[in-house]
Amino acid sequence: MKDLPIVEGAVSGTQPEYLFPPYVSSIARSPRLPLLLLPKTLTERTGPVFGHELIRPEDNDLTAQHSGDPLGERIYVHGRVLDEDGRPVRGALIEVWQANAAGRYRHKVDIHDAPLDPNFTGAGRTLTDANGYYCFKTIKPGPYPWGNHHNAWRPAHIHFSLFGAGILSRLVTQMYFPGDPLQPLDPIFNSISDQAARMRLVSSLDMDRAEPDYALAYMFDIVLRGRDDTPFEEGRR
Amino acid sequence: MSLKATRIPAGSQTVGPYFRIGLDYLVDRMAREDATSEGMIQIQGRVLDRDGAPVPDAMLEFWCAGEANGPRDHGIPDGFRRAATDLDGNFTAKIMRPVGNRLEDGRAQAPHAMVLVFARGLMRHLITRVYLEDEAMNDSDPVLLSVPEERRGTLTAKRDGEEAYRWDVVLQGTDETVFFVW
Repeated sequence: MKDLPIVEGAVSGTQPEYLFPPYVSSIARSPRLPLLLLPKTLTERTGPVFGHELIRPEDNDLTAQHSGDPLGERIYVHGRVLDEDGRPVRGALIEVWQANAAGRYRHKVDIHDAPLDPNFTGAGRTLTDANGYYCFKTIKPGPYPWGNHHNAWRPAHIHFSLFGAGILSRLVTQMYFPGDPLQPLDPIFNSISDQAARMRLVSSLDMDRAEPDYALAYMFDIVLRGRDDTPFEEGRR
Repeated sequence: MSLKATRIPAGSQTVGPYFRIGLDYLVDRMAREDATSEGMIQIQGRVLDRDGAPVPDAMLEFWCAGEANGPRDHGIPDGFRRAATDLDGNFTAKIMRPVGNRLEDGRAQAPHAMVLVFARGLMRHLITRVYLEDEAMNDSDPVLLSVPEERRGTLTAKRDGEEAYRWDVVLQGTDETVFFVW
């Protein structure tokens, strides 16, 4: 395989290591044997393209999925999805999930003693437009305790899952909020060792997008792996 | 190199234990679509940790490259499927029967799917491949041949009935699945 283009690893410090002992769950679940090199074949150079049929109109408005309004601070979360050359990634599927304003997930394994909100599921999805732009309306999630160590609390965050151009652009990450004092204490946040890379997971308050007397807004631009030379700009993307 | 001056891809973070809230819808919809689909195979197996304990909060995504990459009427391409483990670490995936494709130097690859592995405890997803044991081209597949012989079996699903295979994913330990750099 020496003569073939190889799938390259990430720039040091910009991605978490699989074994990060402060995140206790990584200890028994991270590989220990060497990872092997993979050539960049058609399998690695292409990826799934999703259609608008997948998305329902209310899917990007997490406040409008039930008969009443969810409790909490109404916000917009918006931004652009870009590739490594700064070009917009069009038609990127974004899936989000989050806790409610009290820091509780609508999930059977979440046993945190905080109330569920009958008007909030906490799931959304959308496709980016021709400019790579996306927007969700939701409520600001609350921080919540977890079992990683004594008195461990997750900073407020929204989970993001993205499909860009090609399967190697696949990304699952978490968006954080500016000024949250729990971030420096959080092993998941700290698993990205490069500070500049880590801080790019923190959204910024966006008063231009905020709606007076209605909702604040946070901007979160996301750079996905991939460049212009990857051959997937076909079909309906 | 200054990271601020370049466009470095965003850092990965774990899917955590609650990903089903946001990601299960696709599993459910595909299960309905695939109830009658032909030309598909079923892969069943378990996701296991270092101690052989089942991983009940893992998600697998299968990617079969080919001509069926674009969305069908329901918005989901045939070449992509998502599965999640149950409380015993079991998953069932119905995927398109994979086809081979050629490398740039003309050598042929045996039919295979790329598999992405997500779980609580994995800060970044893992990338592996699954091959089918009854494909004759496996013996000459350049990627399989690049894997130490004693570990090749971890990438090969065993025949388990008509159009059905078994394949386990072991995250760590003596039978650890081969994962790739990305």
